[in-house]
Amino acid sequence: MTEKLLTLSPVDLVIIGLYFVMVLGIGFYLKRFTKTGEDFFLAGRDMTSWIAGLSFVAANLGSLELMGWAASAYQYGILATHWYWIGAIPAMLFLGIVMMPFYYISRTHSVPGYLKLRFGEPARALSAITFGFMTVLMSGINMYSMALVLKIVLGWDIHFSIWISSLTVAVYVFLGGLLSAIFNEVLQFFLIWLGAIIVSVLGLIEAGGWSGMVHRIHTNFPGQDYTHLWAGLGSFTSNPMGIHWTGIVLGLGFVISFGYWTTDFLVVQRVLSAKDLRSAKMAPIIGSAFKMAVPFIVILPGLLGLAVLPEHLVGESQAATMPGAHTYNEVLPLMLARYCGPGLLGLGITALIAGFMSGMAGNVSAFATVWTYDIYRALIRPRASDNHYVSMGRWCTILGVLISIGTAYVVMQFLSIMDYVQALFSIFIAPLFGTVILGMLWKRATPAAGFWGLLAGTLSSLAMFLWVHFDPSALRYIALSSHAQNMAENMYRALWSWIICVLVTVAVSAVTKPKPISELKDLVYGATVIPSEGAVSLVHRPIFWAGVVFVVFVVLNIIFW
Amino acid sequence: MHGPGFVSIWFFIGALLTAYGLLITATGLYELGTPPANAPVLSNLHASLWWGLVLLIIGLIYFIKFFPKKQ
Repeated sequence: MTEKLLTLSPVDLVIIGLYFVMVLGIGFYLKRFTKTGEDFFLAGRDMTSWIAGLSFVAANLGSLELMGWAASAYQYGILATHWYWIGAIPAMLFLGIVMMPFYYISRTHSVPGYLKLRFGEPARALSAITFGFMTVLMSGINMYSMALVLKIVLGWDIHFSIWISSLTVAVYVFLGGLLSAIFNEVLQFFLIWLGAIIVSVLGLIEAGGWSGMVHRIHTNFPGQDYTHLWAGLGSFTSNPMGIHWTGIVLGLGFVISFGYWTTDFLVVQRVLSAKDLRSAKMAPIIGSAFKMAVPFIVILPGLLGLAVLPEHLVGESQAATMPGAHTYNEVLPLMLARYCGPGLLGLGITALIAGFMSGMAGNVSAFATVWTYDIYRALIRPRASDNHYVSMGRWCTILGVLISIGTAYVVMQFLSIMDYVQALFSIFIAPLFGTVILGMLWKRATPAAGFWGLLAGTLSSLAMFLWVHFDPSALRYIALSSHAQNMAENMYRALWSWIICVLVTVAVSAVTKPKPISELKDLVYGATVIPSEGAVSLVHRPIFWAGVVFVVFVVLNIIFW
Repeated sequence: MHGPGFVSIWFFIGALLTAYGLLITATGLYELGTPPANAPVLSNLHASLWWGLVLLIIGLIYFIKFFPKKQ
């Protein structure tokens, strides 16, 4: 790409400018309310279920989410929806109903903090360090993708975009900590929806509704199935992703999904800010309902791109040899350019910027917490005042942004943004899920087993990644098929590393001494009394709403089978 | 949440959406009389006008309902 897709009008610039004024204004306003560590790192544990729930989803809605998954939808078709439905909903409901009580009752401030309570310092140190590493990498990827959008769409200098947007996030998180991040995430959630859904609405009108869109896709891409969720997953070769349904169900739906949504501190931190246990349980359930709807603003534009765009988009490597060709990653900007005139374009660009900022603020606030509490306080300076840790958290926010900016320049070398993200998830998150879930549900898991299981799972995942990287023929062993695409490889690598983590944890537990039951109180199922919800009506019980969401989830999968 | 005098997030959302609604609706009205030179696909539907009104209505509801009250 050498020329920009469109030019902003003055009204678009005013809309974008107003957004920056608002997010900074919120940061300055909230500074007076963030005095203690509890305020800065956990928003005072005072959030309602709605605010925690919307923030929970928005922190996951980075610009990667918007641009990357629209690109994946163009490349793989409706299969990309699996990352929103089976790859999210069951895990979010499980977090709310089963896991949240342990996180919340233990009064931990982070996921590594929970591992400290359950397994001891080594497991906490390992997970905190790997999480910190992953977080700044993710933040850098997010930042790069945003800058890429602004370069493609508006011709803005990539360095200008990175620095202005990042420093804005740094300022408002520095001032108001998690409280500011959460408030802005709720605002950004609205902007993302209101800015992005217009593309889907107008796209469906142009394509002639859902059936018109499917007909056009079949005409444009004969012989390929882009519009069925499950029907093409019976073999590795009958779908664009080169994946079997076992990889989707076990690798994505079980390991990666549960790993991300239940142990990635970026999202869990939002729920820990809830004002009481019921709100903490409801927040992921509310979040799951909105998450289930996100494909209508992310996947649908990619599918509509297959139907209405006059040209065929290509991969990054192909585009390098085809001057003037557009890539998969450009599908959402192309759709915005297709439908949005002055004003709406500014709103659409603001949605992308808001997505970037919510994702980045999530990474930065989580990084600041884990660094301050789980690395700095645990390993470097254990007995400082609360004010000192708040100050460290504020400056760590700036440091995290600066490291992320450095990372953004490094990740510019990677060809497929989303595949890289999935590789990261499977390397770090899948084994962590094995350790946390055994820690919560199995009293016999020992402190030594927690550490060695996590280490073995992480190293084995890294080894598998490097094996296939240097010897692509190894794919037939890792992903069970030489036809598997990158995403399929990630699914299976996650599954194997989780299994290795669990097996090592069980084996080491068998030969080492467990903690006494009295030390597992409020940490493990069977040793914890979950507070009663009292005599409340059915519609006020989290389990009821989890059931409603699950039924809708099943129905949607059947409709789009 | 955070005691008396604390301005709700919903107020900030209402204020921003109201401003956006006004700007986009005004742009839509202007384009009725002066169509843009490079009109987007489906510009005959005047999406700016009706979507701007949607934003304005949502924004005003939140802005008025959560307007900070004097203590």
